[in-house]
Amino acid sequence: MDAPAMDVGVDPFPARMAALVGRIDPGASLANLGRLSGGASQETWAFDAVGPAGTRRLILRRAAPGAVPHPMAAGFAVEAAAIRAAGVQGVPCPHVRHELEPADGLGEGFVTDHVEGETLARRIQRDEAFAATRETMVASFGAILARIHRVPVAVLPPMRRSGVAAALEAIRESLDADPTPRPVFELALGWAARHAPPEPERLALVHGDFRLGNVITGPEGVRAVLDWELAHLGDPTEDLAWISLPPWRFGRIERPVAGLGSRADMFEAYARTGGASVDAARVHWWEVMGSLRWGLFCAEMLARFRGDDPSVERGMIVRRISESEIDLLAAIEGGIDAG
Amino acid sequence: MLDDPRPEELLAAVARLLREEIGPQLTDAAAFHARVAANALDLVRRQIADEAAIDAAENARLAALLGTSGTTAGLNRLLAARLRAGAGEAEMPGLMDHLWETTLAKIAVDQPRYASIAPALAIRAARRRERKNA
Repeated sequence: MDAPAMDVGVDPFPARMAALVGRIDPGASLANLGRLSGGASQETWAFDAVGPAGTRRLILRRAAPGAVPHPMAAGFAVEAAAIRAAGVQGVPCPHVRHELEPADGLGEGFVTDHVEGETLARRIQRDEAFAATRETMVASFGAILARIHRVPVAVLPPMRRSGVAAALEAIRESLDADPTPRPVFELALGWAARHAPPEPERLALVHGDFRLGNVITGPEGVRAVLDWELAHLGDPTEDLAWISLPPWRFGRIERPVAGLGSRADMFEAYARTGGASVDAARVHWWEVMGSLRWGLFCAEMLARFRGDDPSVERGMIVRRISESEIDLLAAIEGGIDAG
Repeated sequence: MLDDPRPEELLAAVARLLREEIGPQLTDAAAFHARVAANALDLVRRQIADEAAIDAAENARLAALLGTSGTTAGLNRLLAARLRAGAGEAEMPGLMDHLWETTLAKIAVDQPRYASIAPALAIRAARRRERKNA
């Protein structure tokens, strides 16, 4: 008997995608399959399911074949569960259509509806089309975070738990693994260890990478929160601080939240939507921890640049370590910035 | 003797080509990568020009701070270890000045237009005055 499946010359991916489309929308066929991005750990594909009732635009995120997941990555099943649970709380999220199963033959991942809109930070900050949205965006970030943080933990699958002490340990491990001595990071970690706040009263669902670049926006406002890869159970203040890190202000340094507005406006909307009252010292501490996390992430990219991804972009990310260093010195020497 | 133009002049010319001529003819993703490539060439040009002076100044500061001599990498390892052990400005007077100088020299090569630099300099100046008056 012939065994076409053994033919190493045929890429099984398109046929498996066609079968997947039939499973998602019975009677529909696959069209416009195209890769949006890909890296060592995961791939993103856009495709259409064309059926008698119309065309559904879809997105597949899946593990790159043979990839070793990052230790902080939530995993696709946890991500999908977090997105669904956040959606129930009113967080704008892409609808999860299908979670990959072994029978799909496509590895781990999930399919969501495509959400039209803008993700590029500089366009959201500067284009005329978003002028009205910009007025309310910081408040909607506060409201979205309050909704994420009130997801009942009981509806979530087991996931990474990382409060104050675990975050300090993770930074310590990452710094120890770096072959380059980094005095500014050592200074900052020492400061963080001495100024650590108590563990939060409860661990909440934390998005982990909530910032411009990871939200799809239309002229009317935020349409979807993406990139739940770093979701975990942690201190909700972590999310409130991460969005104000200087690199996520994209040049608009005088406006702390995403280069768009003030922390006070975001915190006010957070409280109005049921979030706990915000402790400025705890936010400042998580900003220091965030700059450390981002700086060490950039440092880790050196191995990737010398390994699987020798792109200019990858190499240049490593040279952003000094951005985190100056931000850390300013944060530690400047103290709490309540603006 | 090799002829001019100098390497840094050619790097500047290629960066200009990418940024002003090729970039504008490209679409979103490719235009972005052309910009990143031009930025990388500018970084290399600054590093070629300044690396020796940056390293010499950093090495001299580290030697004074730590009271010993060595390679810059070796001295940085020693400084990192002392910081890890809990030493600060009190144990190593001049520590913060050194870290600021080192970081400002790095970012002047890596990303001289990073928006945090101006507010960071204001914070540094304020703390420096306080330390001097202390």
